[in-house]
Amino acid sequence: MPARESETGPPRQVHELRKRGGTGRQDQKHGQNGRHDEPIKPNRASDELHICQKTPGHVPAVHSRDYSFWLLLVLLLSILTRFYKILEPPHVCWDETHFGKMGSYYINQTFFFDVHPPLGKMLIGLVGYLTGYDGTFPFLKPGDEYGQHSYWGMRAFCALLGSSLAPFAYLIVLELSKSLPAAMIAASLLIFDMGCITISQYILLDPILMFFILGSVLSNVKFNCHHKRPFSTLWWMWLLLTGVNLAGALGVKFVGLFVVLMVGINTIHDLWRLLGDTHLSLVHFGRHLLARVLCLILVPAALYISVFAVHFIVLSRSGPGDGFFSSAFQSRLTGNNLHNASMPEYLAYGSLVTVKNIRIAGGYLHSHWHLYPEGVGARQQQVTAYLHKDFNNVWIVRKRESKPEDPMDPVELVRHGDIIRLEHKETSRNLHSHLHEAPLTKKHLQVTGYGINGTGDPNDFWQIEVWGGKKGDLIKVLRSKLRFIHISTGCVLFSSGKTLPKWGWEQVEVTCSPYLKETPSSQWNIEDHFNTKLPNISLDVLKPTFPEILIESHIVMIRGNSGLKPKDNEVSSKPWHWPINYQGLRFSGVNETEYRVYLLGNPVIWWLNLFSLALYALMAGVAAVLLKRGIALSQEARQRCMVLLGGGQQMLMGWLLHYLPFFTMGRILYFHHYFPAMLFSSMLTAITWDILLQSCDLIVPSHLAKSTYQGGLVFLAALVLYSFYLFHPLSYGMMGPLAHERGSPMAGLKWMESWEF
Amino acid sequence: MLQFLKLPLIIKAEINLVLVAVTVAGLVTRLWGISYPKSVVFDEVYYGQFVSLYMKQMFFIDDSGPPLGHMLNAFGAYIGGFDGNFVWNRIGAEYANNVPIWSMRFFPALSGALLIPVAYQILVELQFSHVSALGAALLLLMENALICQSRFMLLESVLTFFLFLAVLSYLKFNNVQKSGGAFSTSWWSWLLLTGLACTCAVGVKYMGLFTYVLLLGIAGTHTWQIIGNRAIGHVTVLCHVLARIFALLLLPALLYVGFFYAHLHLLYRSGPHDQIMTSAFQASLEGGLARITQGQPLEVAYGSQITMRNVLGKPMPCWLHSHKSNYPIRYDNGRGSSHQQQVTCYPFKDVNNWWIVKDPTRQDLVVSNPPRSVRHGDLIQLVHGMTSRFLNTHDVAAPMSPHSQEVSCYIDYNISMPAQNLWRVEIVNRETEHGVWKAILSNVRLIHVNTSAVLKLSGASLPDWGFRQLETVADKVSKGYHQSMEWNVEEHRYGKSHEQKDREAELHLPTQMDTSKNLSFLAKFSELQWKMLTFKNEETEHKYSSSPLDWITMDTNVAYWLHPSSNAQIHLIGNIVTWSSANLALCIYVILFLWYSVRRRRKIKDIPEDSWTQWVQAGVICAGGWAINYLPFFTMEKTLFLYHYLPALTFKILLFPIMLQHTYDHVISLPAYRHGFGALVLAWFSSVYMVYVTFSPLTYGQPSLSAAELGALRWKDSWDILIRKS
Repeated sequence: MPARESETGPPRQVHELRKRGGTGRQDQKHGQNGRHDEPIKPNRASDELHICQKTPGHVPAVHSRDYSFWLLLVLLLSILTRFYKILEPPHVCWDETHFGKMGSYYINQTFFFDVHPPLGKMLIGLVGYLTGYDGTFPFLKPGDEYGQHSYWGMRAFCALLGSSLAPFAYLIVLELSKSLPAAMIAASLLIFDMGCITISQYILLDPILMFFILGSVLSNVKFNCHHKRPFSTLWWMWLLLTGVNLAGALGVKFVGLFVVLMVGINTIHDLWRLLGDTHLSLVHFGRHLLARVLCLILVPAALYISVFAVHFIVLSRSGPGDGFFSSAFQSRLTGNNLHNASMPEYLAYGSLVTVKNIRIAGGYLHSHWHLYPEGVGARQQQVTAYLHKDFNNVWIVRKRESKPEDPMDPVELVRHGDIIRLEHKETSRNLHSHLHEAPLTKKHLQVTGYGINGTGDPNDFWQIEVWGGKKGDLIKVLRSKLRFIHISTGCVLFSSGKTLPKWGWEQVEVTCSPYLKETPSSQWNIEDHFNTKLPNISLDVLKPTFPEILIESHIVMIRGNSGLKPKDNEVSSKPWHWPINYQGLRFSGVNETEYRVYLLGNPVIWWLNLFSLALYALMAGVAAVLLKRGIALSQEARQRCMVLLGGGQQMLMGWLLHYLPFFTMGRILYFHHYFPAMLFSSMLTAITWDILLQSCDLIVPSHLAKSTYQGGLVFLAALVLYSFYLFHPLSYGMMGPLAHERGSPMAGLKWMESWEF
Repeated sequence: MLQFLKLPLIIKAEINLVLVAVTVAGLVTRLWGISYPKSVVFDEVYYGQFVSLYMKQMFFIDDSGPPLGHMLNAFGAYIGGFDGNFVWNRIGAEYANNVPIWSMRFFPALSGALLIPVAYQILVELQFSHVSALGAALLLLMENALICQSRFMLLESVLTFFLFLAVLSYLKFNNVQKSGGAFSTSWWSWLLLTGLACTCAVGVKYMGLFTYVLLLGIAGTHTWQIIGNRAIGHVTVLCHVLARIFALLLLPALLYVGFFYAHLHLLYRSGPHDQIMTSAFQASLEGGLARITQGQPLEVAYGSQITMRNVLGKPMPCWLHSHKSNYPIRYDNGRGSSHQQQVTCYPFKDVNNWWIVKDPTRQDLVVSNPPRSVRHGDLIQLVHGMTSRFLNTHDVAAPMSPHSQEVSCYIDYNISMPAQNLWRVEIVNRETEHGVWKAILSNVRLIHVNTSAVLKLSGASLPDWGFRQLETVADKVSKGYHQSMEWNVEEHRYGKSHEQKDREAELHLPTQMDTSKNLSFLAKFSELQWKMLTFKNEETEHKYSSSPLDWITMDTNVAYWLHPSSNAQIHLIGNIVTWSSANLALCIYVILFLWYSVRRRRKIKDIPEDSWTQWVQAGVICAGGWAINYLPFFTMEKTLFLYHYLPALTFKILLFPIMLQHTYDHVISLPAYRHGFGALVLAWFSSVYMVYVTFSPLTYGQPSLSAAELGALRWKDSWDILIRKS
């Protein structure tokens, strides 16, 4: 690049830059041996990453008023595209059936169980409530007409949050690259992407989640820009906002963890830089550290926990989610049979009981009219643990010898150390174990239902013991932790927590463990207790403390999440499908006559993003080597390298963190999981192309460079707009024949066979 | 001429006697009496079957790793003259006399023994003293779990050996580089050996990838430093980069493919796992499907008689099938059916798997002359060969998957349920828009014309009325395409008989004629590789399986073998003192590392610069090697055993002498303390020896201990030691 070198900054400018570089240690050693007379040291790249002051870059100086004009434009376009036809279709679309329903649960204060944390659904419920939705619509299945029910508020809320994504991206890119065109590219990629529009228009968690994700990134980037003025009001504000947004992201879905990770890495990096600054006293550093601990750990944690607190306070009525939780938890819920429970206090022979495992999300001891399949132990009746309340969970406590009970006999109470049988009420088989391997946990023994009408064999005898009790103690319903020891083999009744395959109806395995170690998995409690001969006494169940509820609900959520497994012979979305926009999701409608909405990214934008990732890798690689080799660069070129390696790297990290973890997940995955990553990818595209177009001055004469640059921008904009025009029916509804048929509005646009519109 | 004779003839040899001594000790501890026990020990039962298959040159597929490890085992057996005739069916089975036990177990034992001098040298290359190196060698020498794993026909010791060899070569290479010997012969040979050893490790087990990635990372960092060194010219830097890319990326890739080339070259006969592979692959093996399909016509024509295999083949490979039984009028749950003839997918070859491709516009079921080929997009009817009924589907819920349509062979009950038996052929892997349907090679979807549903294997099995065969359904495309919707023609011939009787006879005939369809090596390689990565065995828990959390503290053991009559037994149990020392070393390393790096960041240097570099390098290799070989197991869903931890453990053990020397050099300053420290270390190593001796009966399987003695060895409650009840 000989021609350019003459333009390289004159020494004076260099000095300024070096001063501005400030904290960076100069490492002079290499420069002296360097062949180039090479004035500027690339300090440590990280020190110059925070290029926040106005740079003498390529972009003509723009007044902040102009910035805000563009920002307003972005916001306006964003809102227009999201709110256009927001009420259509007037029926339940896709996952609205879940999240709308859960919003209703909040309005009705009914307890439910979901695998995601509550914030998103709580907000949906709140907005629905404020906009006049009364919580009575059942949200049974996609396609149900809303009719009279007011659903616009919830959709508008999601669309509003979705509309903020483009402005956020605009601000982030503007901050990272200091280039208005780059910011505008980023914003327009998001504004005109069908996928981003569609996913923002319905009652879903994703727009809320993405709002918080980009919110945290924006606040974090803004915060980093104020690193020159630590502890100023703005500094504090952005730091605090970062924390608040992090809590929000995590409170909506666990995917928020990735952005927490991203901010965490940035923060550690930043702290490490501060620690290396020996001008900073340790006390001062301590203040920095404490400020971050406070705003990025303590505040978010407090907010996150309070979200759960609100969740538990609001949902005070018994509902469909009860059975997933422990007896103690259930006693909190109005309408649950354990709320102000009234039942015989001590376990007696002849009682009907349900037996619940103490392990969190352990389930009820259960049996049903199905046998273990061939090859799995003995072909006897299955015994499992089941999370839902069910009449097959009911067992009868019997004495060891099976003699007909005389209704006139006095009631006899069960005591610690007694040898009992448990008879399954529906099938009259006894809880039984024997020397066969358990179906999944091969170290344990199989547990079955055996015998007819309560007549079995000595393998049906169990010794009942109270944890910490002694011989003769009575057994308190709900309170006592019990274990059942199998008499003939000496093993203990155990719930392994593993899900049985299809033959076991995907219920949880129950085994008999030869290891007598006390664990919650081998402890049970009596939950329901019916005995007509005994008086019902009002029992106060041990009320669980808030931390216990919190931990319990998290374990239940995590278990629920990992329980969502894909099936072998079914179509499932794979992470590698996503960036290539391989297959979308049907939001509404299947047939020709229906109003169809199909969630699919704008292919032009998505493929541009994909291509730009490779382009970025190439450009960043070249830039890094150039800097590392100390090759003389013009100041502008150096500046571009810095943006590429600084801002670009952050966006790349965002994309990687929001994408790669899905490859290791065993749970079932969907296309819409890619959207947070797509946001980062689009911002990276914007930065990359802006720098690429700027760098055309390296090959074309300088008087043409500017027009090439502008031409490139116009071309990009035209490309995006035209593709938006082509594919807009994906979001705004398609009617009439399907795409592969003649006369369809989408004719000729089915570029990939796997698209289904 | 004879100038050189004037020079004295001198051989200079430096022999590190310590190194020789530990090598010999390693050989003795590993190789001593490896023919005992003369019966199948633990996973030998698994690896042994592959050895037998190699001897018989029959094709197999093993999803647990690439073939190099099996080939090494097989090589040992080959030298010993094994003919492959042994039934590997249970652990503890007595070996027949034709099984060369010693030579089969030799290579793993040798690798286990050579691991010790390699580890010694690694410490030396890391610039630690020979005393530390000896310490590392001794710890590995007296590690019961490593010994136990080396002495049988298992692959972990081979894997670990290659891993350590790769690390050693890289260190040697780097030291040559640092001493200015770039591009010298030794520089090249160590660099190439690094790549070679890495590939061998990966070739034995995929686990080797972890260390490979670690070494790539280290090499990348070092290369980046070279790029940043402005004293070196651009061209030289480029040469440095290219040399590394060649030796560490290209060469391994080539070698890796080479292993598979040898594998496929050796195993040319059809074997037990044929069914997993596509028809095209099977046809390339001698015997098996090839015997049937050899010479059958390639292009499917109207009138062709075919069998159709599901491409996905899950839960098991099967062929489209029908038979003279109808769907029950009502199912158990009360739903009704069409009561037409069942269509299923059947996992065995059967005459009822034959179907005839019929042109809807004509009546005859024979191939015209010249044959009219079926092409992509053509409409066909499929006639079941034995019953002459048409493949049909309609808007009736399928028996097991009520959301899909039932597929039947149409019986006209005259109840206003018309035949809907037109199917459109869609060739998935067609070359042109109007490609021809080829037997074996083409994957097709059959799309029902009336309902646009696709013929699909649902994966459910039918109850007794369906003879437990697999359910076949038709499913709406709207749910997306899936491999379970693709079928390929396997057996194929042109139908010649006009009459049903003749046709039945014809169907019973074996197919003949001859043209072979050889797949290219790369096609076979990519299919085999893909199947290995995606093929899932039904993973069930094993009695001795464990979770990674149990490994650090060795809360678990694995019983390898029990004498049929006495209490002699072999267990995979490590030397608990060594394991705890390694844990201790790791903790101290991490604490010291954090302490030093924070202090250095504040410009306070506790140790000299080169000690720090050495400390970091040792940590990256040993602690990093441990972490990268251990942590990934937490994300794995397969059945795990204690032996999966051994490579990680070996790396971690090296940290102990490193930590000792560092403490001695930099932490303890007073001479009196230093003496005390020396004594402590000596005592520590003696206790390692004591434990080794104590547990050696369980490692070597002899002598047989009494029940009381065995009970005394159960140091942890969670250990399963077998005590024979007498």
